[in-house]
Amino acid sequence: MIRLSADTKRRLDRALPWFKVLLYPALLLPLAGWFWAAKHNALGADPIAFLTHASGSWALYCLLASLAMTPLRRLLNWTGPIRCRRLLGLFAFFYASLHLTIYLALDLSFAVAHLWEDIVKRPYVTVGFSAWLLMLPLAITSNRAMIKRLGRRWLLLHRSVYLVGALACLHYWWLVKADWRWPAFFAALYCALMLARLRRRTGLNGFRS
Amino acid sequence: MLIKVPADIRPSEITDESVYWKRRELLKNLGLGALGLGLSGAADAQHGPELAGIKRPTPFDAAEDLTSYDDVTTYNNYYEFGTGKADPAENARAFKPRPWTLQISGEAEHTGSFDLDDFIAPHQLEERIYRMRCVEAWSMVVPWVGIPLAKLIEACKPNSNAKYVAFYGLHDRERMPGQRYAVLNWPYREGLRMDEAMNPLSMLVVGLYGRTLPNQNGAPLRLIVPWKYGFKGIKGIAGIGFSEHQPSTSWNMSAPSEYGFYANVNPLVDHPRWSQASERRLSGSAFGRLFAGRVDTLPFNGYADQVAHMYSDLDLVRNF
Repeated sequence: MIRLSADTKRRLDRALPWFKVLLYPALLLPLAGWFWAAKHNALGADPIAFLTHASGSWALYCLLASLAMTPLRRLLNWTGPIRCRRLLGLFAFFYASLHLTIYLALDLSFAVAHLWEDIVKRPYVTVGFSAWLLMLPLAITSNRAMIKRLGRRWLLLHRSVYLVGALACLHYWWLVKADWRWPAFFAALYCALMLARLRRRTGLNGFRS
Repeated sequence: MLIKVPADIRPSEITDESVYWKRRELLKNLGLGALGLGLSGAADAQHGPELAGIKRPTPFDAAEDLTSYDDVTTYNNYYEFGTGKADPAENARAFKPRPWTLQISGEAEHTGSFDLDDFIAPHQLEERIYRMRCVEAWSMVVPWVGIPLAKLIEACKPNSNAKYVAFYGLHDRERMPGQRYAVLNWPYREGLRMDEAMNPLSMLVVGLYGRTLPNQNGAPLRLIVPWKYGFKGIKGIAGIGFSEHQPSTSWNMSAPSEYGFYANVNPLVDHPRWSQASERRLSGSAFGRLFAGRVDTLPFNGYADQVAHMYSDLDLVRNF
């Protein structure tokens, strides 16, 4: 654990709102880039494939970033990261929704029957769609009022994000043809973030110095 | 053998130089790798020298809109130069495709090492506008330049034991940086049954859009079998062998349940992980492509009249 002095924490706390104000547009930058590129014919030969992959990638980055906030808080012994967690989680949902929309609207031209066939027949679509579906209640219950209303159940419900992370990594793994280096990297990152939680729990029970 | 000619040839499609040479003003590919972050350097397509004395049109030309030169030469799979679609254009720049030795081996009279030009020079180059259907469900329309594969096979004089033709890519991890990673069992291998190889559609390609084949598209020599999925079109061919038994092929070795030896384009036989019933056609304006929707995939990629007779007693679902 990194020991931050009380003074450092106070200063970080003061800077955090500004950081969050910047994080918001920063996470919209990829989207702005894609609009710019679409306008300038710079999405490559297969623009639909590009947008599908790019939006899916950003959903995964934001999701894993949100999963990194709890271990990061413990590492720093500072609550700042937790206060960014909702923003990251909502952006994960935003890019995942965009990913699904691009697939359905641009690639499949709204052929819902084709999408349904994919969900039923193709395991990588099944897990990808399940991940999005599981994120839906998390996004809906992400505001303060819902947190208050659900109480302890909110915590239980939001633990399903661990499953979402696993499904997202599996989705990526199963759609790759032969080069598994990137999916393996993200799967390893996900496992590391999960293990970081386990280790801490054990520690709380007194097995860690 | 009766070769049916497609009825829909429009000669204007293949003579329009302005369409041929139109360069996209901006060719910055936003990164296509896993990061999708973008700006992985501009993959600027280099125009090779023009080839002389090309016969065109031939009766085999597809009458669809061509895929632009830039798209054909900056977006393709060639794992010898990296697994991203923009990698070959980037990583094959320094590749030197000459001098090039072709090894002929196996059940044939003329075997040994030959200079590639000795094989190609005696023959009339032809331009063929073919549909190119990738197993990943996207497709292009490309004016290839080359010779019928049958011409080279005849020159090798295969004997009666030769039932199959095997192709081997160059195996050189110094010149092909993608081979430093065992994403496939190198060298790349492909194969055809002898009758498939002798079919008039089968082509050895040395150029595209009237110019020398760019490195990233398989220079100096690649195979094109337009009724099969694109991965059958082995690039950077260094060896050709004649054998009695079906040769092993790279993607089949890598994932036998997903990629068969035949790999005929077939909308009725899905890839285990995705549908093969339709495809994204990569032609027309880049912006328009976003909203164009998919086109139906045709049996044998639209070449059934020319090739279906070869498979009349073959179960195409089992022999995918």
